[in-house]
Amino acid sequence: MVHEYKNNGYNIVLDVNSGAVHIVDDIVYDMIPLIEEDMDASDKALYEALEGRYDMADISEAASEIRQLKEDGALFTPDSFEQYVDSFTKGKTEHPVVKALCLHIAHDCNLRCKYCFAEEGEYHGRKALMSYEVGCKALDFLVANSGARRNLEVDFFGGEPTMNFEVVKKLVEYGRSLEKEHDKNFRFTLTTNGVLLNDEILDFANKEMHNLVLSIDGRKEINDRMRPTANQKGSYDVILPHFQKAAESRNQQNYYVRGTYTHYNTDFSKDVLHLHDLGFEQISVEPVVCDPKEDYALREEDVPALLEQYDILAREIIKRRKEGRFINFFHFMIDLEGGPCVAKRLSGCGAGLEYLAVTPWGDIYPCHQFVGEERFLMGNVYDGITKDEIVKEFGRANVYTKPECRECFAKFYCSGGCMANSFHATGNINGNYGIGCKLQRKRIECAIMIKAAESS
Amino acid sequence: MKHVKTLNTRDYKKSVVKGGCGECQTSCQSACKTSCTVGNQSCENKNK
Repeated sequence: MVHEYKNNGYNIVLDVNSGAVHIVDDIVYDMIPLIEEDMDASDKALYEALEGRYDMADISEAASEIRQLKEDGALFTPDSFEQYVDSFTKGKTEHPVVKALCLHIAHDCNLRCKYCFAEEGEYHGRKALMSYEVGCKALDFLVANSGARRNLEVDFFGGEPTMNFEVVKKLVEYGRSLEKEHDKNFRFTLTTNGVLLNDEILDFANKEMHNLVLSIDGRKEINDRMRPTANQKGSYDVILPHFQKAAESRNQQNYYVRGTYTHYNTDFSKDVLHLHDLGFEQISVEPVVCDPKEDYALREEDVPALLEQYDILAREIIKRRKEGRFINFFHFMIDLEGGPCVAKRLSGCGAGLEYLAVTPWGDIYPCHQFVGEERFLMGNVYDGITKDEIVKEFGRANVYTKPECRECFAKFYCSGGCMANSFHATGNINGNYGIGCKLQRKRIECAIMIKAAESS
Repeated sequence: MKHVKTLNTRDYKKSVVKGGCGECQTSCQSACKTSCTVGNQSCENKNK
């Protein structure tokens, strides 16, 4: 499978099954579909098909380069990975290894964000704080089920985890006490709305948190519309100074400011650039996922404008970086040279197997997005996983079990996407969330275009 | 090549042989809690 596209003056060719990326001139761009259709096409036939747009000598030269790429295994590569899927997934589901937990430290929140999938922190249930005992059991469960994996990730999540910060501190201490004995390395992350992010919490986070995720949507009016406080005031003025201090204190590394864009800010590139103008260098702004009936839900008719926003953003990022103003946009990050192996690309995000979410009272779900969906309750930190069928269901999901993914050029970059998004959009974790896929494909195209631009 | 510039990329086929160690991050964990991306992750296999 080959995917060709033009972006920002570049002709880009992706050989989907080898991962090769080529920047080509117009003649090669025009010839690749013709050769893909007929591998034995003569130069004369190509000349005629191109209706005299190029010289015969150039056509012969370009055709020879295209055939050389094919010979080198960098173009028209057949898909040979489906045969490995069974062996990858069989091992994973028969002997699951857990390497990451999302700990729901608090099902309570001091903001009332309108799009919150946790329903203002309560996840379709009651307000609750995780106790130290449940947290310890969760870390014990992680260590006991992590096999030979050394690096273990734990995200302190909510609701708002700083509303139960004493437990966070004690759990970090407990985690550290397990590291030596079990030869493990915990990487802790704190995801916070910033309201309570004072010096004490920040100092602790800078010492112990591998990553800090700071929630803000961008421009003041955009943030305050969707992220009000409990008494319906805006949160921007409260959280912004906390976040600026946090980003600087971490030397602009190992953190993200992250926002959500909705139908109300389909010009979201302005929010990303606003965050950059405020001094943030690590930025993630992503599409809202919600019931399509919500007034702020993204709609099919929003898509063209959203795609254009990614183009605008990509060009602006290239420009700013050239000027020496570093900016990293999470959804344009792509590691072409040192990226994941095929096993990872085939198996996706790991929800339900490698990555699990734990509620304040110790129930286990496939990921934070499924918490409160009783059908996906998998077990608890005391008894472990009690529903193996859910492990198998998630373990089997991959790009070959999703019909739309099989034919998609992006399949080895997104690995089938978010199963929670698929479930919420279609009722099936193997379903296809159409708007999300369109945005994902565009982000990948832009990310690779940026690589092309920065390589020239 | 005169008409083609190829970017350096990891060869998927070769990664089948030495891949699957599982030390890499889970995909959603690092920053975005509602959007899985895998291609942005760095391989942490020391023996690749």
